[in-house]
Amino acid sequence: MSVLILLDQADGHIRKSSFEAACYGSKLATQLGVSSEALVIGTVSEDLSSLGQYGINTVHSLSENSLSNADAQVFTKVISELVKNINATVLVLSNNMLGKAIAPSLSVFLKAGLVTGAIDLPETNNGFVVKKNVFGGKAFAEVGINTAIKIITLNPNSFPVTKIDAIASVKPFVATIPTAKVKVVSTKKVEGEVSLSEAEIVVSGGRGLKGPENWGLVTDLAKLLGAATACSRPVSDINWRPHHEHVGQTGLAIAPNLYIAVGISGSIQHLAGVNRSKTIVVINKDPEAPFFKSADYGIVGDAFEIMPKITEAVKKLKSKY
Amino acid sequence: MKILVCISKTPDTTAKVTFTANNTKFAEESVQWIINPYDEWYALVKAIELKEIGVATAVHLITLGNADCDPIIRKALALGGDEAIRINVDSQDSYYVASQIAAVAKEGNYDLVLTGKETIDYNGSAIGGMVAALLEWPFISHATQLVLENNQATLVREIEGGEETDQVQLPIVVSCQKGMAEQRIPNMKGIMGARTKPLTVREPIVADSLTSFIQFDLPAAKAGVKLVSADDPEELVRLLHEEAKVI
Ligand SMILES: Cc1cc2nc3c(=O)[nH]c(=O)nc-3n(C[C@H](O)[C@H](O)[C@H](O)COP(=O)(O)OP(=O)(O)OC[C@H]3O[C@@H](n4cnc5c(N)ncnc54)[C@H](O)[C@@H]3O)c2cc1C
Ligand SMILES: Nc1ncnc2c1ncn2[C@@H]1O[C@H](COP(=O)(O)O)[C@@H](O)[C@H]1O
Repeated sequence: MSVLILLDQADGHIRKSSFEAACYGSKLATQLGVSSEALVIGTVSEDLSSLGQYGINTVHSLSENSLSNADAQVFTKVISELVKNINATVLVLSNNMLGKAIAPSLSVFLKAGLVTGAIDLPETNNGFVVKKNVFGGKAFAEVGINTAIKIITLNPNSFPVTKIDAIASVKPFVATIPTAKVKVVSTKKVEGEVSLSEAEIVVSGGRGLKGPENWGLVTDLAKLLGAATACSRPVSDINWRPHHEHVGQTGLAIAPNLYIAVGISGSIQHLAGVNRSKTIVVINKDPEAPFFKSADYGIVGDAFEIMPKITEAVKKLKSKY
Repeated sequence: MKILVCISKTPDTTAKVTFTANNTKFAEESVQWIINPYDEWYALVKAIELKEIGVATAVHLITLGNADCDPIIRKALALGGDEAIRINVDSQDSYYVASQIAAVAKEGNYDLVLTGKETIDYNGSAIGGMVAALLEWPFISHATQLVLENNQATLVREIEGGEETDQVQLPIVVSCQKGMAEQRIPNMKGIMGARTKPLTVREPIVADSLTSFIQFDLPAAKAGVKLVSADDPEELVRLLHEEAKVI
């Protein structure tokens, strides 16, 4: 028996969220006393045997790059075949766009109970219970899976990546690949240098910044910190910033180590998407802004004066290391 | 071309989240219910637009839930749905819900099933993909655009780090998000008309549940904010580096 982890890649590199999934799946395999196995689809620059560092015993390598678009039906057939070959009882994916597109289909095909957006290892002493966020991060739920095969999608930035000294064995996986019914006409990369869902630091701006011409206040600091940028919903609604930067209850939910909110009031809908951030910094000129109640650190003042000074101070700090 | 739109009810986004019965149930008292925003703003309005431009012949709505859902369904009808089906059962397992929706979609010969990308309460983001798999139809997740020509759909969807344009033959299932359509407000004529539109209540078919909610918890309260003077932003950077250790 085994735990199977799907490792997702971007431009030939395994994604950070996939390393998290690898560590999560491997810890779970240890907990269950079964082997930890991974599936890598397409060619990646990483040496596959080095995935042993993340606790993986066996890597199944499917050298088929045409699968890199997420046709749920194609992925489902291919992954299910491997699940059956290696007798996997748990399948772990990252809860990113790919995981969300294909996990529900795998759940039906394998008749396997699915929990999306897990944030911790399952409790397996008495049944199989997975903890996840609900109500946009305002609460947690414990969800039991009642089927022989279980599927978990892990929220990015929820599980630490730790390394051990080990190497994985690598096996080619030759799968029967069905013809895709969905024809991909074109793809376009819109992500900045740092992916928002995976970013450790996010600098985010709201309506308080007055207009898109002032976004340098956010992007200068973000660049310096290697951070992704985000925004509140009205900011993306009025097209100051692209839609995919919108975080909150009706946008993306994120959980970086550090979230810096500039000129954002902190409405309940905005908080729902960001309150899982480990540290929250709020910069707002209104001392009564609700965001301060959910913040760890704050400055009451004008972002136009404060942001350049913060950026300067970070520059100074960085020059010391 | 017949469209089935999946409508779910969720607590208003400002609702206080608390639990009862030993933290096993969401406390519904005094909660205002709304149509799940993704279902209303994007899936439903898109379906209505397709009917307005003459591409779709019928827009039907389906919801699983008890009679509490009826005001929500009437609002969806007021926005422009033609008729609605309510499956009279409460369930929190995605597979069970998807099984009911798939059965109705098949029986009613729909060409297109639209769902929201997720419900904002239980955050499953699973039902659309499950309905597609049960029907063995292609699934386009996180769609931001949809154009139909004859029986072919051209869609733009969000993928990790970017977007993708796809072409696919109907029937399909599409989960909808921002970009698909613009939110609408029901007008008086719509509200009056909705009162007499058909709302059929049906009993569920036999289906399995694969998961069950066991318990809920609330996160620990934050310790309180540490304020730094606006004259000393360097102090903030120091705290983030030395105390929080995040930069
Ligand atoms: C159903 C529903 C779903 C929603 N979903 C989301 C969601 O997913 N995400 C989301 O973000 N919102 C969402 N909203 C909208 C939300 O309610 C708020 O309206 C929105 O978050 C406010 O955005 P904001 O903070 O940028 O703007 P505002 O509320 O206008 O706040 C601007 C802030 O900037 C401060 N400010 C002004 N000038 C300065 C300055 N010079 N320096 C420093 N600070 C300054 C002000 O004090 C103020 O606090 C939703 C609303 C509804 C009804
Ligand atoms: N009870 C329900 N009745 C009808 N449709 C539903 C129901 N619950 C969820 N859906 C649909 O499935 C989508 C995804 O829901 P979920 O997978 O639960 O996050 C929603 O946006 C709705 O379109």
